[in-house]
Amino acid sequence: MIWLTWRQNRAQLVTAGAAVAVVAVAAGWTGRRLADLVTTTDTGYDLLTPADIALFFAGVVMLAVVPGLVGAFWGAPMVAHEMETGTYRLVWNQSVTRTRWLATRLGLTALAAAAVTGLLSLAVTWWAGPIDGVVGARTGSLPTRLTPVTFAMRGVVPVAYTLFALVLGVVIGAVVRRTVPAMAITLGLFLAVQIAVPLWVRPHLATPADLTVTMDISTFDGLSRSGLDGPITLTAQPSDRGDWVLSNTTVDAAGAAVELPPWFAECVAPPGGPPRERAAAEGKGPLASCLARLGAEGYRQRLVYQPANRFWTLQWRESALFVLAAGGLAAVGLWWVRVRLS
Amino acid sequence: MTAVVRAEGLGKRYRRRWALADCELEIPAGGVTGLVGPNGAGKTTLLLLAVGLIRPTAGTIEVCGGRPGSDPAQLAKVGFVAQDTPTYARLTVADHLRLGARLNPRWDEAAARSRLDRLGLDPAQRAGRLSGGQRAQLALTLGLAKRPELLILDEPVANLDPMARRDFLQVLMEAVAEHELTVVLSSHLVSDLERICDRVVVLVDSHVHLEGEVETLLASHHRLTGARRDPARLPAGQHVVSERHTERQSTFIVRTDEPILDPAWTVGQLDLEDLVLAYMERPVPPPTAGRAAVGPALEVIR
Amino acid sequence: MIEFSLDARSGVSPYLQVVQQVRQALRLGLLSEGDQLPTVKDVVAHLAINPNTVLKAYRELEHEGLVAARPGVGTFVTRSLVDVSLPALEPLRRDLQRWLTKARLAGLDAEGIEALFVDTFRRSQRDVA
Repeated sequence: MIWLTWRQNRAQLVTAGAAVAVVAVAAGWTGRRLADLVTTTDTGYDLLTPADIALFFAGVVMLAVVPGLVGAFWGAPMVAHEMETGTYRLVWNQSVTRTRWLATRLGLTALAAAAVTGLLSLAVTWWAGPIDGVVGARTGSLPTRLTPVTFAMRGVVPVAYTLFALVLGVVIGAVVRRTVPAMAITLGLFLAVQIAVPLWVRPHLATPADLTVTMDISTFDGLSRSGLDGPITLTAQPSDRGDWVLSNTTVDAAGAAVELPPWFAECVAPPGGPPRERAAAEGKGPLASCLARLGAEGYRQRLVYQPANRFWTLQWRESALFVLAAGGLAAVGLWWVRVRLS
Repeated sequence: MTAVVRAEGLGKRYRRRWALADCELEIPAGGVTGLVGPNGAGKTTLLLLAVGLIRPTAGTIEVCGGRPGSDPAQLAKVGFVAQDTPTYARLTVADHLRLGARLNPRWDEAAARSRLDRLGLDPAQRAGRLSGGQRAQLALTLGLAKRPELLILDEPVANLDPMARRDFLQVLMEAVAEHELTVVLSSHLVSDLERICDRVVVLVDSHVHLEGEVETLLASHHRLTGARRDPARLPAGQHVVSERHTERQSTFIVRTDEPILDPAWTVGQLDLEDLVLAYMERPVPPPTAGRAAVGPALEVIR
Repeated sequence: MIEFSLDARSGVSPYLQVVQQVRQALRLGLLSEGDQLPTVKDVVAHLAINPNTVLKAYRELEHEGLVAARPGVGTFVTRSLVDVSLPALEPLRRDLQRWLTKARLAGLDAEGIEALFVDTFRRSQRDVA
């Protein structure tokens, strides 16, 4: 059974191995100078070439896409292809039970997928480590590693995602029994999961921290306005730039969410004037005084966030969640193949 | 007589339709049993139930003394050549042999290789590139090399040209002679079945219409042609299987164990195809009629 | 070693055809005492027929005393047919001529005679079988 799994997936494994090798070599080649680069200065972003930035986001995209591809190309065909071509009538008549057949194939493929993704994630995490969250003197920065853009594309989470997607693909393939529809459904479902988890699941994996700060120029982060006459929203800076801010609301002295007072809108510089942040940073201009007056009137900013140092905690917890889900799905898949496909 | 396949009240339903119903069957060990019937009659369903690829909705089936498909020991006892002889298109012939060797406890590698050599199959050739006849031979080799007690074949020669068909049946019969294998195969080419089968089972509309030894059946059925007559006026020992009438002439196919003495009849012999067709045209018999219709097997008097 | 052929349309059952072909070979001298008949496996591999058919034919021949089976070795001819036919032929031929005369006197034409003969012959074969 081991030999058969290898033989049936030989081409895919070799391709994946080659891809990993290419990525590893590329990462090693280009990543060495990044570490040196960033330690020399605080505004390392300005030292990055466009190629570096492109590679950074390429790495993000790659690790975002790999689990789904594994699910669709390695998982969905596992049972669906056999059903579609009729070869299940050949192989399920050999002296192996269906349970052992599927368990071996799934187990070995999972190991290979985990290894491939693990190596890719290692390469990317090592490469991007020095420059995650790096900032420039003025505008421009790279996302910190706790933000949804990069979180699932660092560390161990990609491996857990891959395992989950793989098993998801297998189960969908077993239910749908046709390869191409199963691939499409797997990709679609997994994409939905990838979007839903940072929105609704990850924030609750650890109890978020809660911080209320007085609004003044040092804590000011930005303001936005919906349309020319709409309400203004204020955001405050977190204490650590690497924190993942979940909500950023203006509250009154009692702690209830509240809208900004009407006079604030007059206070703010009209559009077309000098850049607000620069003026504000100088401690001059209407913004600084507007904020000071807000603070005097008891307005505060409440931040609910996951601290930057929770990165690995969240990584392990999310991975565990997905691995457990993968295990549950695997049990469903084994049952389905044994009982429902008879 | 040890029964290799025993089915009692066996039925299989897909959604709302019964693909097979009320099947009572006993196939003894050693010998070739042919399963014949029109498309959609339930032949494939019955065979898949015997192999264990599907489970019954009603009734029971016992194969080689165990429940089909239940565990590796049971799976090793039954070989299967499925319809359209599925093979892994991207695996080579040699890969298929390795598949069989790795996944079966009793694997006769030497016999498999020599058989493929004799057939001229190149071990390095991918199965997807083989002709239909070669794929069928590969599937047959795989089924035989695992040394089963029972080999089941689902319309193995339906899509083959006459030469490939003959080659296939030759290999199959040689294996039966060599290993005392029990074979159950379905086909709608009754002429093939007549050559190779000891027993026949006729399946029509999901029910068994006839079952028995070919020789006994052919000896006990006759075609009577003569002047127009009401079937009720035939002697009691003659059971009418089918009848056709014109204004002046009647043709009956009767089953009887007694000699036909009435000189008004021209008595003719039937071949298996005629017999099968006669039974296929009948309406669904009551559950036990299929067995009773055959009566005790006539022993060869020595 | 002789080789068998099968006429699927002759109306004669396969096992009888094998029996007849062995007897014919014996008559023509193609097989003589001590010769081995083809193994069941070889016959079946050539003709694609059921092995039981061949076994039955060989048993029939053994019953007639023409061959003997040696387990593990094969089936061998024990007697040739040449000597059986000649002396018994003449009385049989005379009986037959008498019967034919009777049949013509009863009013049967050539076709009627043939039909009667074939029908009776076939029935007697079945009774033997």
